[in-house]
Amino acid sequence: MDFARFFADLWTARFALLEGVGMTLVISVLSIILGTILGIGVALSLVYGGRIQRFVVRVFLECVRGIPVFVLILACYYLLSQAGIQLTPFQAGVVALTVFCSSHVGENLRGALLALPRGQTEAAKAIGLTFRQTFVYILAPQALRQAVPAWINTAAELVKASTLLSVIGVVELILTTRQIIAIKPRPLEFYFVAGMVYFLICFSIERLGRRAERRLALPS
Amino acid sequence: MGYQLNFAPVWRDFDLLLSGLALGIGMALVSVLLVGNLIGLVAAFAMTSKSATLRRIASIYVTTIRNLPIYFLMLVAFFVLPQQLGVRIDKVHAFVGTLSIYAGAYLTEVYRGALLALPKGLREAGLAIGLTESQTRIWVIIPVMVRNALPALSNNFISLFKDTSVAAAIAVPELTFYARQINNNTFRVIEVWSVCGLIYIVVCYVIAAALRIAERRLAIPR
Repeated sequence: MDFARFFADLWTARFALLEGVGMTLVISVLSIILGTILGIGVALSLVYGGRIQRFVVRVFLECVRGIPVFVLILACYYLLSQAGIQLTPFQAGVVALTVFCSSHVGENLRGALLALPRGQTEAAKAIGLTFRQTFVYILAPQALRQAVPAWINTAAELVKASTLLSVIGVVELILTTRQIIAIKPRPLEFYFVAGMVYFLICFSIERLGRRAERRLALPS
Repeated sequence: MGYQLNFAPVWRDFDLLLSGLALGIGMALVSVLLVGNLIGLVAAFAMTSKSATLRRIASIYVTTIRNLPIYFLMLVAFFVLPQQLGVRIDKVHAFVGTLSIYAGAYLTEVYRGALLALPKGLREAGLAIGLTESQTRIWVIIPVMVRNALPALSNNFISLFKDTSVAAAIAVPELTFYARQINNNTFRVIEVWSVCGLIYIVVCYVIAAALRIAERRLAIPR
């Protein structure tokens, strides 16, 4: 392996690679934000919704959880265009990952809310708080504290799932790597670089998750 | 909108979808249940062993694989490694290999947790009745540990089975691959993806139900 030549190629491809990494990050961050908003809605409907609302959201959740992410991405890509919504691969991919993320966040947050002891709600009622106040000041802070570590892990899942968007033509890190290899045929080296980037992103997220878990653990 | 549901093209190729599903389940059985489990058990023992080198190797393996996307690993196994080693690898074999190594890392974590949760007395009891260290592992520790690990295994099995869909990206003819092919040939978009999704959902439910039965049957009576 000729390192000097490889680094020259790497230097030539630096902007393309950075754009690829940027795209991966943009997709991940965007779908985490949107997915979390949707996921909060899912969790609230599951815990506090009426019977019909609960049922509908439960069916949605079970469907999304049973279908592989890759199928979700392909289905979003083909289905939405069929439904007359013209989306770029990027937009379709973000929609798919948002849905995927919302199922994780929803399930996670629901568990955290249900795990709170009933006494908390009762105590809040006893001191005269309304339901809204109870939720905002008593329940939500404790549930979030429980849910944050798993939420951070969901972020790592999304970064990993974003690689699949290269199949529908989103030029994120994997597709960038493949394009670079088509011009500079050094598959081993360039895949190694891509792998390092994914590893560093996911590893830092995982570390952050562990740290959060330790810091946020409820004192027992 | 003039879209009329028409499932006929999907039913006509339903046997293709089923053959794809069979391949997916087959790949999952070989790589998750057989090889991945074996890797997971061995690596879990390595991670809890007395030797620092073994612990280090196992933990590097688990950390590396768990922080890399399976799609990336599959591309490396299919495009990069064969070229470097100068061999030809069939795409199904490449994917089974990838999924085995990937599953092994996740199952290691499960088994490691189960091992650490075992009471110390178990190993001591095995040694006390005259079994050797490896006999104790095989006949005493593993049966108890696997039974305790079943609930966590079930989640991992389901998500690893779902990962077989990724193989469609290197044209392994499994369920997602055929769904995409039917989609491209007939444009029955809604029909084919709803059928494909439904098949995955049903299979996941069946796996979950089967493992729940196993869990109840095999639960350690207290």
